[in-house]
Parts: sequence; structure tokens; C-alpha cells
Amino acid sequence: MSRAALLVLADGRFPAGGHAHSGGAEAAVKAGRINGAASLEDFCRGRLNTAGLVSAALAAAAALGVDPALLDSAADARTPSPALRVAARRLGRQLMRAARATWPSGELDALARAFPKGAHQPVVLGLVARAAGLGPEDAAYCSAYESVSGPATATVRLLSLDPFDATGVLARLAPELDVVARAAADAARNVVDAGVDALPSASAPLLEIGAQAHAAWAVRLFAS
Amino acid sequence: MTTAGVRATARIGARADGRGGTALPVLEGEGPLALRRTRASGDEARVMLVGAMSGPLGGDRFAVEAEVGEGARLHVGSAAATIALPGQAKGEARYDVRLDVSGGGELRWLPEQLISAQGSDLYVSSRVELRSGARLVFREEQVLGRVGEQPGRLTSRLTVRLDGRPLLDQELSCGPGAPGGWDGPAGLGGHRALGQLVVVRPEFESEPPQARLLGEYAALMPLAGPAALVSALAPDALRLRRVLDEALRTLDR
Repeated sequence: MSRAALLVLADGRFPAGGHAHSGGAEAAVKAGRINGAASLEDFCRGRLNTAGLVSAALAAAAALGVDPALLDSAADARTPSPALRVAARRLGRQLMRAARATWPSGELDALARAFPKGAHQPVVLGLVARAAGLGPEDAAYCSAYESVSGPATATVRLLSLDPFDATGVLARLAPELDVVARAAADAARNVVDAGVDALPSASAPLLEIGAQAHAAWAVRLFAS
Repeated sequence: MTTAGVRATARIGARADGRGGTALPVLEGEGPLALRRTRASGDEARVMLVGAMSGPLGGDRFAVEAEVGEGARLHVGSAAATIALPGQAKGEARYDVRLDVSGGGELRWLPEQLISAQGSDLYVSSRVELRSGARLVFREEQVLGRVGEQPGRLTSRLTVRLDGRPLLDQELSCGPGAPGGWDGPAGLGGHRALGQLVVVRPEFESEPPQARLLGEYAALMPLAGPAALVSALAPDALRLRRVLDEALRTLDR
């Protein structure tokens, strides 16, 4: 395996469409819940420990070779907001397209055939990591990092927040990111024996409710 | 001094009685978990869970199991709110709810709130197993702290499965020691009452309810399956109940 493949996959410039999504930041900014670096950090910390942990575990389990169809239905059950399910599948489809061109693999082809409208993005991400020769920890790190880097970058645009402040938020979250990525990979290894119920299901009510509010807006900067 | 916590399990079994009503061949309370059959409403049997002691306290393990057979209709309520309190025994308390509904059966699980008092530590696990054709109304409300009090530690996992497939799996952790950000702008945003209402109906397969917002802090969301979830936050228990009651009325219509 090449560890550098992780940098390619985790790079914000990897053409998988993530830049069009704010990870709930746009709704939180509009509602006044994010109004600067401190509240952005609190938002990102909450997202990391809930949606971030769940997606990192899904990605790690997919990287370990757990049946992606089972993981996809586990992702559905952990995503009550229909707006977030749609966003996750759209991102999954876009990632699939970029990844099949980058790391061609029979497993990716099979998943694309089974889910023509897209599987949940973390499930696709895990299989992409596998195709790139990466392991479950790598997939977990990539997914956990995306769960906070997306909102941080989006808030720079939404609030004209100083990019140095946004990057500072991500750097301060790094130790917690380590904890989440490790917990996600451990949970994923349990899935191999205990089934998908062993995946975490940590939820964040305002992410789900905010996503539903956001989806109803007529004009928005980000898709989710 | 170490004190072992209390262990108690209450069991309810509901069966169609063959005369258009519902019989309760199993109705067993234990210790602090007492069960009372109350006046039936139409073909529905009604059971009230009566807390005969305070609790759960630290170290206690409570469980409630209900099984609803084909064609039976069961409504379960509780006489008062459940208050999680700190206890003499070390460690967290556990409250396990296991609900099982067969095809053509209906369970309406509508207990009062769970209040997480300062210093308490409770893990609640609710697992609902449904067979295809089952109907469910499941309400869960949590209040973080009594009036003017900090909350205890509370983790609650709710899993609903339909024919063995996961329909909903959500865990919420709050209070001192919960993973960071739980009360922040992605989590509860300072709200002290939170609730979930799950409604499962076979007819939602062809006609799912429309997603909609119920004010700024609540949403009705169709799930990936014949079910809907109402997720709500509120400043207090009274206003939370108002939102969930209104949502249930529109879904029951």
C-alpha cells in the first residue's frame, strides 16, 4: 500500500463534489448558532463525535470488506433526515465516479451497479480506500476529517471567517479526531463478528432538524 | 460501603382474544416496576406502568418487555415521570426496553418523561422488533435536570428493526462526561427537553408522510421504510409534549 494515497483521497481538491456541501454549517450560520470561530469549533466537535464517528465507522467497515449493502442500510437507519440521505447518496455517486477513474476496482464497479443512484458516501469512501490499498484506520481518518473540514471551509465563505481561524479550529480538534478515528476502526472490527449493530449510532438532533430546514430554502449557497 | 443495585423486570404479553378484543395473558411486574391493567378502549388493552419506588438509581438494572401478538392492540403508559437519580451503588444504571410486535399487531408506547437528575448516570436501551404488517407508535422524552438543576449523564439508544432490518438506530449522549459538543450548535443548542416519536405503519410503504418542519426545533421525517420520526427539542417538558402531541394528531388523522 501507499500511505500517500491517503493524501490524495483526503485532499479537499479531490474531485468528489464535497465543496458544494457545508455539513450543516449553512443552516447553523443562518440560525445564528455559528457566529464565529468559537461556535464553529463547538459545532465541529459535536459533528465529529456524532455524524463523524458514525461515518468513520461505516467507512472503516467498508474498507475491511463488510458487505456494503448491509452498511448502506445501516447508514439509512442512522440518518433519519431524508435531506441528509439524499445528500449522502449524491456525494457517494460523485465520489464513485472520481474514484473509478482514479483507482479502478471490481468492487467499486459492483457497488456502482448495485446502487445506480449512489450508496451512502462513507460506504463508498471505505471501498475506495480499499481500492487504493488503504486500511480501515485510513478510511476512518479520512471520513472523520471530512466531517469537520467541510463545515470549517464552508464557514469561511458563509461568515467571511478568517481562514487562519478556521484552520486553527481544525488543528485544535486534531487530538479528538485521533480518538474518534480509533474508536471508529475498533467498532468496524467488531462488525466483522457482531454485525452492523456494533456500529455506533451517535446522533445530533440539530444536524438532522437543521438539514430539513435547509432543504426547504428556495436559495442557498450549499447543497446541504 | 458498596450496595448492589436493584434488578427488576416487568413483562407484558398481549394476544387477540378472538372476540375483537385484546387479552393480557402475561402481566408481571417486579419490585419497583408494577403494572396495572386499566380500562380498555375499544379493542385495545391498556396497561399503566407504576413506579413503586424512585429510581433507577446508580447500579440499578430495570427492564420492561412487551410482546404484542398478531391482531392484538396494546397501549402502554406510565403513571408518572421516571427520574434517574444518583445512588449509593457505583456505576451507571441501566434501563432496557424490549418491544416485539407481530404482523397485524399494534403497540402504542406512550410513557411519561425520563428526567435525568444531577449526579445520575443512566444508560437506556430501547429495542423494538417489528414483523411486517406491525403498527407502532413509540414516544421517548428526556428532560435534562429538574428545575434549575444541571443534568446527570444520560445515554439513550433507540433501535427499531423491521423483519430484522434496521429501520432506525439513534443514540444520544448528554450531560457531564458525554462526548464534546453535545449541547452545542450541532447537538442540543442549550435545549433541556428532547423527544422522539416513531410511527410505523404498513400503509406508509405506498404513501409515506411528507417531511415537514414543526417550528424551528422539530421536524417530521419519513424514514427509509414504512415509518416516520419526529425529532424535537424544546426548552421544557410541557412545550416538548405539545409539539409531539400535535405531530401525533396529524399522523393519526
